Amino acid sequence: MSQTNFEPKIVGFLCNWCSYRAADLAGIARITHAPNVRIVRVMCSGRVDPTFVLKALSLGADGVMIAGCHPGECHYVDQNYKAMRRYHLLKHTLHAMGVEPDRVRLVWASAAEGQQLAEAIDGLVADVKKLGPLGWSQNWEENGERLHALEEIINEHAEAMEVHA
Amino acid sequence: MAEKVGVYVCHCGSNIAGKVNVEEVAKWAGENLQDVAVSRDYKFMCSSLGQKMIEDDIRGEGLTRVVVAACSPHLHEKTFRRACTNAGLNPYLLDMTNIREHCSWVHRDMDSATLKAKSLVSAAVSRVKFQEPLEPTYVDVNPATLVIGGGIAGLQATLELADAGYHVYLVERSPSIGGHMAQFDKTFPTLDCSACILTPKMSEAGQHENVTLLTYSEIESVKGSVGNFEVKVRKKARRVDYDACTGCGICIEKCPRKVVDTEFEAGLGFRKAIYTPFPQAVPRVPVIDADSCIWFQRQKCRACEKLCPTDAIKFDQEDETLTLNVGNIILATGWKPFECRDIPQYGYGRLANVYTSLEFERLCNAAGPTNGKIVLRDGKTEPQSVAIIHCVGSRDVRHNEYCSGICCMASLKFGHLVLEKTKANVYSFYIDMRTNQKGYEEFYQRLLEEGMHFVRGKVSEITDAARMPNEQGKLIIQCEDTLMGRQRRIPVDMVVLMGALEPQSDAKEMGLKCGISCSMQGFFTERHPKLDPVATMTDGIFVAGACQGPKDIPASVAQGAAAAARVQGMITKGKVMVEPVVAKINEEACSGCRICNNICPYNAIEYDAERGVSHIITALCKGCGTCVSACPASVISGAHFSDQQIDAEIEGVLWDVIRPKSAVVSAN
Ligand SMILES: Cc1cc2nc3c(=O)[nH]c(=O)nc-3n(C[C@H](O)[C@H](O)[C@H](O)COP(=O)(O)OP(=O)(O)OC[C@H]3O[C@@H](n4cnc5c(N)ncnc54)[C@H](O)[C@@H]3O)c2cc1C
Ligand code: SF4
Ligand code: SF4
Ligand code: FES
Repeated sequence: MSQTNFEPKIVGFLCNWCSYRAADLAGIARITHAPNVRIVRVMCSGRVDPTFVLKALSLGADGVMIAGCHPGECHYVDQNYKAMRRYHLLKHTLHAMGVEPDRVRLVWASAAEGQQLAEAIDGLVADVKKLGPLGWSQNWEENGERLHALEEIINEHAEAMEVHA
Repeated sequence: MAEKVGVYVCHCGSNIAGKVNVEEVAKWAGENLQDVAVSRDYKFMCSSLGQKMIEDDIRGEGLTRVVVAACSPHLHEKTFRRACTNAGLNPYLLDMTNIREHCSWVHRDMDSATLKAKSLVSAAVSRVKFQEPLEPTYVDVNPATLVIGGGIAGLQATLELADAGYHVYLVERSPSIGGHMAQFDKTFPTLDCSACILTPKMSEAGQHENVTLLTYSEIESVKGSVGNFEVKVRKKARRVDYDACTGCGICIEKCPRKVVDTEFEAGLGFRKAIYTPFPQAVPRVPVIDADSCIWFQRQKCRACEKLCPTDAIKFDQEDETLTLNVGNIILATGWKPFECRDIPQYGYGRLANVYTSLEFERLCNAAGPTNGKIVLRDGKTEPQSVAIIHCVGSRDVRHNEYCSGICCMASLKFGHLVLEKTKANVYSFYIDMRTNQKGYEEFYQRLLEEGMHFVRGKVSEITDAARMPNEQGKLIIQCEDTLMGRQRRIPVDMVVLMGALEPQSDAKEMGLKCGISCSMQGFFTERHPKLDPVATMTDGIFVAGACQGPKDIPASVAQGAAAAARVQGMITKGKVMVEPVVAKINEEACSGCRICNNICPYNAIEYDAERGVSHIITALCKGCGTCVSACPASVISGAHFSDQQIDAEIEGVLWDVIRPKSAVVSAN
């Protein structure tokens, strides 16, 4: 695939209270940005299970954005700190799996930051474009052996990805 | 049995249809997505005809799930849930996906916007099939209300509610209510005396049978949720018995210890160690400031105790913690002034005759340290020229980008007072004049006629280094006059810096206690900047006045009244709906690992040691879902945001790249 025509598919997990509303605000203010991020609403960035990210990548997404309220501004006190810790662990896991950790990005956007969120989206899309297609899904043979291996890795890391309060 | 999904794609006039081919999306969904029974597009889904279309299909086609692709669910989810309910379908079997704010309004190219819209619809269709009927719960609303901050905004809110017959706890941090307005002499644009319009409201609040006044008190913690908050308030030790004190003021008169009053008098006047901030304070009960009191510092004196006719002085009084139960909370904590020392080239703190705007208010005030005489720091010389500098710390990327909104008008007010009280020339150094409220522009015209001088340009420096003979002993304002197009040096005797209105330094902390957020600048964030300016993202928490953003007195009063009206609405309704979005543990399968126990921000998860399993207290859970994603055994499910639902959504959103189902990693 020629890199110039490559339009990455990115899944964005946005928390209901700040970042989803930042995306709403970007709309209200007509701040144009790349159409590559498809938004999935979660109540809080703390709801984002690392396996959601792996699942999206394994299904064919080229990148994932996790967006939440700024540290200290989470609607549920401080769950975004938990998201942050999981995120760093997840990055290590991705690295171990041979996926460029830069494909996954955690961003903070308050409900007033439509502009910032739009910029973050454009930034991630540009970076993933540079990395090229992940094509992770094409790497599995039909007998599912590698897939099995991936599941193993996830299970192995499941405990490590737990964050304690 | 397979579900029957109805898909409704909204044009929103041309708002969506202008960038997304809605007909194609609807047709595509009907033909390609599994279990879609009907798929339609319509001009305005939120109109009564659009809603009726959904209702008719639920009844006629026997739909079991509904997907509406339109604007943000934050705008119309309630509308469509109601339509479902009307037709007998559980409202939680609806999913709304946002193809306006997140799609048509932000993408330029029709093809890619249409592709994204398809993905979002596909995600919603695949998710909605896993949604489950849920029943909201209702809780009673405690009719008592807590108002935090006794400035004009908080006072207005308090009186509106109290007059309507509801109990209000008014918590104020300083020893008296009144806020910043109590410091002012006159108020623009009508120039009515501030005390004359404020003090009647203060005493009304002080005496109202429905108001419990808690001054010199601070909020410790806020627990619970709309309808039933439990608030801990720390009543700081006044060291004066509130009930015994008659407010005679003998103690204040006789106290031998005098200190500079940096709060009410902005550093220009003095107060005693035992004091009320100002003579008309409400309550009249003084407080002893232990940091300056001779007894607390050197174990001597006790003059106040000896002279108090009612034995009200209690040196050993300690802080007290009260627990209040209220249904709603109004935050009206106001603003704090910009620290003018942060712009060193303006010389505040170094050049004696550079004043802050609050200092100048006190200078003008007939009850102030100079009895209203405008004089220099020496206490006697009347200035012959006064410069008023606008936008100090406002509209300045190094400090605050925003416009404080009131400084132009306050400058005009000051100009008028100087012209009225002295023979001085007054210069206003402005960037733009902003006088856009009722009567404001007229006031500007009036000052032009009264002879105030206006220089357009940002002041670069204020200095006492004279270059010309006429600059000797003066403060020289160096600025570029952008109307004349040249640099000017204007020598004056006195300078007033119109500092920005900034959020309170503890605004973030207060927001956190109440579960609301602050904007980048630090002002509380309202639910919607235009359509819902006094509610917040947290039900039952409202904001009013300058804590929501810089504003003048009329706007603060309007917000105070608006917040009170919103609270009254809640009280009259009597019950509030609590979203059934909560987590549940499948206790049969729980391994008792206790990983979830400490992760919950609301301590909603209990460990049942006897059975060796964890258990969620539904009333405390707010549904953030953190525990759901933390449970290693995947036995916690989040209603309305379950793993299954989100998994399905991920699959749906990637419909165009997805590989064979057999090779999909199952989340968890
Ligand atoms: C120099 C100057 C002149 C002005 N002149 C005018 C004028 O002429 N006309 C006009 O319309 N506007 C004027 N304004 C604007 C005016 O000051 C504001 O509109 C007004 O003060 C806003 O009222 P408020 O109740 O929101 O806040 P405030 O007046 O700031 O009151 C807030 C109150 O909350 C209390 N508080 C704060 N934090 C807490 C806490 N954590 N717990 C408990 N209590 C707390 C404070 O002690 C205070 O009593 C002027 C402003 C300035 C700077
Ligand atoms: S004891 Fe303290 S407050 Fe009382 S009169 Fe003496 S100095 Fe003043
Ligand atoms: S969903 Fe959030 S609030 Fe509810 S029990 Fe789990 S961690 Fe606590
Ligand atoms: S609610 Fe936004 S990150 Fe928690």
